[in-house]
Parts: sequence; C-alpha cells; structure tokens
Amino acid sequence: MSGLNRLGLLEARTLLRRREISAVELARACLAAMERGRALNAFITETPERALAMAEAADARLARGEGGLLEGLPIAVKDLFCTAGVRTTAASRILANFVPPYESTVTAKLWAEGAVLLGKANLDEFAMGSSNTTSAFGPVINPWTPPGTEPGLVPGGSSGGSAAAVAAFLCPAATGTDTGGSIRQPASFCGIVGIKPTYGRCSRFGIVAFASSLDQAGAFARSVADAALLLQAMAGFDPKDSTSADLPVPDWVGELAPRVRGLRIGIPEEYRVPGMPAEIETLWARGAEWLRAQGAELVSVSLPHTRFALPTYYIIAPAEASSNLARYDGMRYGLRVRGRDLVDTYKRTRGEGFGAEVRRRILIGTYVLSAGYYDAYYLKAQKVRRRIVEDFQRAFERCDALLAPTAPSAAFRIGEKSDDPVAMYLNDVFTVTVNLAGLPGISVPAGLSAEGLPLGLQVIGRPWDETTVFAVARALEEAAGFSAVPPRAVEV
Amino acid sequence: MSLDKATVARMAELARIALPEDQLEQLVGELSGILAWVEQLAEVDTEGVEPLRSVHPIRRSWRADEVTDGNCREAILANAPERENGYFVVPRVVE
Repeated sequence: MSGLNRLGLLEARTLLRRREISAVELARACLAAMERGRALNAFITETPERALAMAEAADARLARGEGGLLEGLPIAVKDLFCTAGVRTTAASRILANFVPPYESTVTAKLWAEGAVLLGKANLDEFAMGSSNTTSAFGPVINPWTPPGTEPGLVPGGSSGGSAAAVAAFLCPAATGTDTGGSIRQPASFCGIVGIKPTYGRCSRFGIVAFASSLDQAGAFARSVADAALLLQAMAGFDPKDSTSADLPVPDWVGELAPRVRGLRIGIPEEYRVPGMPAEIETLWARGAEWLRAQGAELVSVSLPHTRFALPTYYIIAPAEASSNLARYDGMRYGLRVRGRDLVDTYKRTRGEGFGAEVRRRILIGTYVLSAGYYDAYYLKAQKVRRRIVEDFQRAFERCDALLAPTAPSAAFRIGEKSDDPVAMYLNDVFTVTVNLAGLPGISVPAGLSAEGLPLGLQVIGRPWDETTVFAVARALEEAAGFSAVPPRAVEV
Repeated sequence: MSLDKATVARMAELARIALPEDQLEQLVGELSGILAWVEQLAEVDTEGVEPLRSVHPIRRSWRADEVTDGNCREAILANAPERENGYFVVPRVVE
C-alpha cells in the first residue's frame, strides 16, 4: 500500500487494529519518507533497526488483540529527550556522542503504550532558538516555501526538526518541548498542530534541561485529535519530577469535539503589537469570527504586562540555563577538551562545546545572577513574572480561553535575523507569556499568507484546562479546513 | 547598561568558557544590546510584589525513605571521557 506515511495517528490506529496494515509496513513507509526527505535535515539520528524491532513487537501484540494507546504508531522524538541506548545530543557538540543509559519518563510512557521510535529530531542547540539555526548538526529546512522559490525557510524553533518532519509527512507525529514557544511557533511556521500543556502536566525527568521553571514537553501532529492522542500518552504524574502534578490525565481524545457554544473567548488587546503584518490581524479576526459563528461569545480582555514578557523571559531563562548548563564540565560525560590544568580544561571544553547562542545565554545568565546585579535583574524579573501571571488570572475571570496569533510573522529565510539576537527573540512575543504563566497553549494552522506560507492561531487556556483548549482548537480546525500541503512534502 | 570588555571577560571566567579575543569584542556589543532591552522592566511598578518562583502551588509529598536507585556503576561510567578501574579520570586537582 502506498502513501502510508500520509496517515495520521488515529487513521493509522484504526487500520492497525483492523489488521488492514501492519506496524512494520507503516514504519517502513515512514523510514522511506525520512530517507527521501533527508535534505530537510529534520533528524539528527535515524533509528531504522530499532523502529522495525519495535514495530514487529507491536504487530505481535496487535495479533493477540492487545496493545496500548499508541500501539504500532511511529513517532519522532526531539533529540532533547534521553533515550536509553540511543544517542541524545541536544543538538550540541558538547553532547555529540552522549548515549544515555536511562530513558526519559515521557518517552518511557510512549514505548509502554506501544509507540515506535523512528529517530531523534533536530532542534536548536539546547532548545535555545526560534529558527533551528543554532543546531550543531546544521539548520532544518522548512518543507514550505513560497511557490516558485527555492527551499531555505526556517521551520521555526526550537523543535524545528519535529515540526518539519510532521509537516513533510516523514512521520505522523512527534514530541517537542516548549520553553518560550518552541512547540507552538514551529507548528505555526510548518502548518501543523502543536500543543504545549500546562507546566507540570508532563514529567521533565530525562529531558535535557534548559530553563526548568519554563520547560514543558508537548506534541506535534497534523490534526488536533492526533495531538490530543499523543499528549494523552505523554502526560501524567512522575515522582521523579518534583514539579510534575499529581492529577489524573483526562481522556482528551475520547471527549474531543468542536464545542464552543456558550464559551467566552477572550481577545487580548495588547497582542495587537506595532508592526504586526495586516494579514495576521485579518487571520486573527477571522478566527474570532469562526468561533462566534459556532456559538462562542467574544470578550475583549487586557493583559497589561504583555510587552514586558520577553524582557522578563530573557532574564529568567538565561539565568536558569546558566545554572543548568554548569553540569557540562567534561568530566563525567560529553566532550572533554584538554587544557593546561583543570580550570583550563573546563574553559576549553565549554568554549568549544557550546555554540554562539548558548554561550551568549550562559553569559547573560551569569551576569544577571552575579553579585550586585541579582536584585536589579533576576529578582525584578521574578516580580514582573508574578504581574504577568496576575494579568492572566484576571483575564480568566472574564473568559474561558484566549485567542491570539501564534507568531508575529510567517516563516522567514535561514540567515535572516541571525545578526540581531533581540530581533530573533521577538518571534516569541505571543508565546512566551504562556510559559511564564505556566498555561496550556496550542497552535492550529488557520490559513496561508499572501506568499503562500502557513499561519497559525493560538488558543490559551486556564491551568490544567487542556480540555477546553482542545475543544476550541478543534472548532478552529473545523472552520479553517486547512488542507494545504507543503511543496516539499514527501511521497512514498 | 553598557558592558565593557573586562566585564564580559569576567563573566566568561565565572562561567568557565574560553573566548577568543574577536568573540569577546562581538559579545560586548550583543550582550549590551540584550541588557539595554531587558532594562525596560524598570518601568514596571513591583513595589511589594512577591517574586514568583513556582508558577503553580506544589503540594510536596513524602515518600518512604527507601533506596530506589543505585548499583549502576557501569551505566554511570559508560559516557566517561576517560576511565580507569571503575573510576573517572580527571585532570590533577590538587598540586
């Protein structure tokens, strides 16, 4: 059967359960697509042998009428999740040869549910970036490009490999992580669905740490239902992560319906930022109208500290990163570059092991945490962060979910914005607030730009209310009817 | 706040990152730009605001004081850049 790589998770699951296709056939189709799509550089490590062995085991369970939530379904895993026995690099030279002896909790849950690992997806180094251009393994190419132009657009970041792989039909779904927008922005740039759940929903155990108070795992897929299915398998309490929430995981897939009648949808005034392209404003207004037409009530709300969110983030995230990345000292694992003595060995190891953006953020973090500056920067940022959380709490007194654009632009060319860190950081203006407040957010493809590139809309929910987020996302998905396929989609 | 070269060099020293001279020069400009941009936070009135350290209230639970992990020397050493007789080999620390 051809075209198996184009199946979504739920479609494939139905066919697998009916034994109309096998998990091995499905894995082979995706592996073939990955091979044809190598020019996109979406994967750092492909795991064909492991994929086929896992698929065979899944077929055996399916034949016995057994199997978990994701039995036989192939997925890509962002190369930030530790996978036992499979190289995990965080797209950094410093971990280029690191083979974890242990498994992240999220991936362990996926394998327990029968999922099949296709490979480890490319990303920005240590998940620091919004364009997947900081990877030590080279940039990822977005499968989308304006008609008649050469490929060379960024897929967004940091989970750019995951997003590009799903968009180009190399795999039906992928895991990601989102610290400031790293799932939602690439989902928007690649025309797919990306969900970041509430902080604490998924265990961070075994995910290479970037900024621990903001990092959260999530899912990419080509439909809201598929994203809900993958997230359902990933989520849940883990005693190994002290910030993981001991709450039951709802049956998001079973309950999913485009239900917005009676819901109040907040439109945050401050998200009309200066310089935002008119087509994004138009798309946003259209999205609001779709929800109103399906019975939602639109409410204008104010999030007055929005413009301070990015500066807050660029203190807190580098501060946490500089602490987290102190562990890469070349002694117990990872790269070691010999120097004159111990300190010189540390310095050369870290100087050569970390790329430019990671070095920049470690230095900023070191500065804002250093004696004499701690109060002025770090403590101040933590106070403004509380103001941002309070903004959302007040807004959610008047509405049940918020609707906003995902990103202030469509995908841009590789190399653009790379000489100005602050211009690059502005990509995350609509997503970073959600991380600072620990809220669930989803990006849904809602239309194409005049140039022919996908644009996403974002739904933001109350803490732990992914159920409403999925319902609103499903309503947008139904109204948008987004069915465009990227020019670089792979056929097998 | 504009940083000078000496400050950036000191941060690199604290962070244990070797930086060639030309990178130092470039970082002075980039880091100064980032710091100037984050300084707009001074506009926010945070008088009496408690710094936020944890976004959701976390109920800490107790667990039994039992060993749950360990006895995995081989796994711990598996990625060591250098090892000998079941130990990590590191540069001389005490002269």
